[in-house]
Amino acid sequence: MGMTITEKIIADHADKAVVSPGELVQVKVDLALANDITAPLSIRQLIENGIDFVNDPGKIALIADHNTPSKDIASAENVRLMRDFARKHRITHFFEGGTVGIEHVLLPEIGLIVPGDLVIGADSHTCTYGALGAFATGMGSTDLAAGWALGETWLMVPDSIRFVYQGEKRTFVTGKDLILFTIGEIGVDGARDCAMEFCGSVIEGLSMDERFTMANMAIEAGATCGIMEPDEKTLHYITETGAKRKPRIYRNDPDAEWTDVIQINVSLIDPQVSLPHLPENSRSVYTLGRIEINQAVIGSCTNGRIEDLRMAASVLQNRTVSRSVRLYIFPGSPRVLRQAEREGLVNTFLEAGAVLCPSSCGPCLGGHLGVLAEGERCVSTTNRNFVGRMGHPLSEVYLANPYIAASSAVAGFITTPDQI
Amino acid sequence: MQIRGRVIRYGDNVDTDVIIPARYLTATDPLELAKHCLEDLDPNFIKKVTGPTIMVAGKNFGCGSSREHAPLAIKASGVQAVVAASFARIFYRNALNIGLPIFESQDAATGIREGDEMIIDTQAGTITDLTSGAIFTAQPLPPFLQEMISRGGLMNYVKDTLRERKQKH
Repeated sequence: MGMTITEKIIADHADKAVVSPGELVQVKVDLALANDITAPLSIRQLIENGIDFVNDPGKIALIADHNTPSKDIASAENVRLMRDFARKHRITHFFEGGTVGIEHVLLPEIGLIVPGDLVIGADSHTCTYGALGAFATGMGSTDLAAGWALGETWLMVPDSIRFVYQGEKRTFVTGKDLILFTIGEIGVDGARDCAMEFCGSVIEGLSMDERFTMANMAIEAGATCGIMEPDEKTLHYITETGAKRKPRIYRNDPDAEWTDVIQINVSLIDPQVSLPHLPENSRSVYTLGRIEINQAVIGSCTNGRIEDLRMAASVLQNRTVSRSVRLYIFPGSPRVLRQAEREGLVNTFLEAGAVLCPSSCGPCLGGHLGVLAEGERCVSTTNRNFVGRMGHPLSEVYLANPYIAASSAVAGFITTPDQI
Repeated sequence: MQIRGRVIRYGDNVDTDVIIPARYLTATDPLELAKHCLEDLDPNFIKKVTGPTIMVAGKNFGCGSSREHAPLAIKASGVQAVVAASFARIFYRNALNIGLPIFESQDAATGIREGDEMIIDTQAGTITDLTSGAIFTAQPLPPFLQEMISRGGLMNYVKDTLRERKQKH
């Protein structure tokens, strides 16, 4: 029997010819990352257990992107712990200050991840890298500590579910809308412990930025990973990053087995908005009625790439943000910011009255920079809208694509660019 | 081993953001985290944990973030174990790694009421509601994970493996 792309990557990293769903395997890890919230716990685990050693410093990435620029003394101390750890163990992939970007935007664009890799990260959105045809999955801090010490981790080979997208995308429908719609169809545990494989003519037509957005939110359906077969676009992207390691291209065997195949007719999908307080509460933006907002956020590991900023700028050009709304824009990385500056997007944002913020995960998880007060509503291009996600437990987050976030910021209520 | 406690119940999709909100994530001390455990879902939670407590919940418990602070906060709050219809994968791993006992049982999750006294027999894999007398079965852990727990958790497994590797060289 054949294997899926997920099974093949896992099998190769486990030095096995064949693996099948449900099997527990030890796998070698190509990259193990953690951020300034999760790394301190990993580092403490190593210290407390007397492990003064990492297996391969070149396969570790430490990214100070969550509570940074450090919002208080405690978060500054956490970054210092990471910095000292990086220095001691000669970990060169340590990012803070001007080198830091939001981890899942930064690491692929600087060539640290290539197709065929097996990546673990102490961050649930590590699944983003599946867009490159890598197996990438989120874990906790102790798992990362173990991965750093051993150079390997254990995995249960997931079942694979295939999502086939066909048809023509409607106006203002993006990769974000496809994944919000999909989560709405299957629910927040609809792919629990499974690999979500995205394919079909629509996926082939998507840019890499939109593919990252889709793979990023696989975790919001409970998935172990989201994954796409690499194609010419993927290889072109990898070449542009200047990646030093060679991609390994894995593809599904023709006789591979999926536990389910779900066909999605994209022609029927409107731009989506996910209502509080679960990503699965997605529906057509045209069904919402008037939902007034206090804040809009454009950025994050979900929608902080250059194309996302282009979408936002196309709406904000020659328009101004409503006096009743704060619009915060968070480019995903220094590279994204520089590109946005070159293309004049930064100017468009500032002219429109947006606040341009540093690359940080802060607003997405209500850490800092844009925390919501009681009763406030925010439309956001981020990935979660749980209770209290962006601040007060009685605030509300509506998930949407950058077109909708930008036009809503202008209108003062949730709407689409053609209605402002 | 037997784990006994009074039940505090929650519903489906209890996410890591409500278990420990991001505003407290600068802390790494479990006792500090425990002070804020579940406060966005149930502000009285920590006051309710007056004696041995077992948390019972619906499906997809612990969904969302990879933050290990979530099971650390639950464990340090005094909760002895969590029984849920199902667990989100990352939370499941984290709980086992830090030694928070968790048990998956659809029947127990629906059949046990708030305030009931219950007991879990970890060897037999049975969950007994002492108040109603009902007995449920928990999904057994895969042998590899049982082995890891019997060695005292993931970090002990790591230390054993590093020692074995050293001996080979």
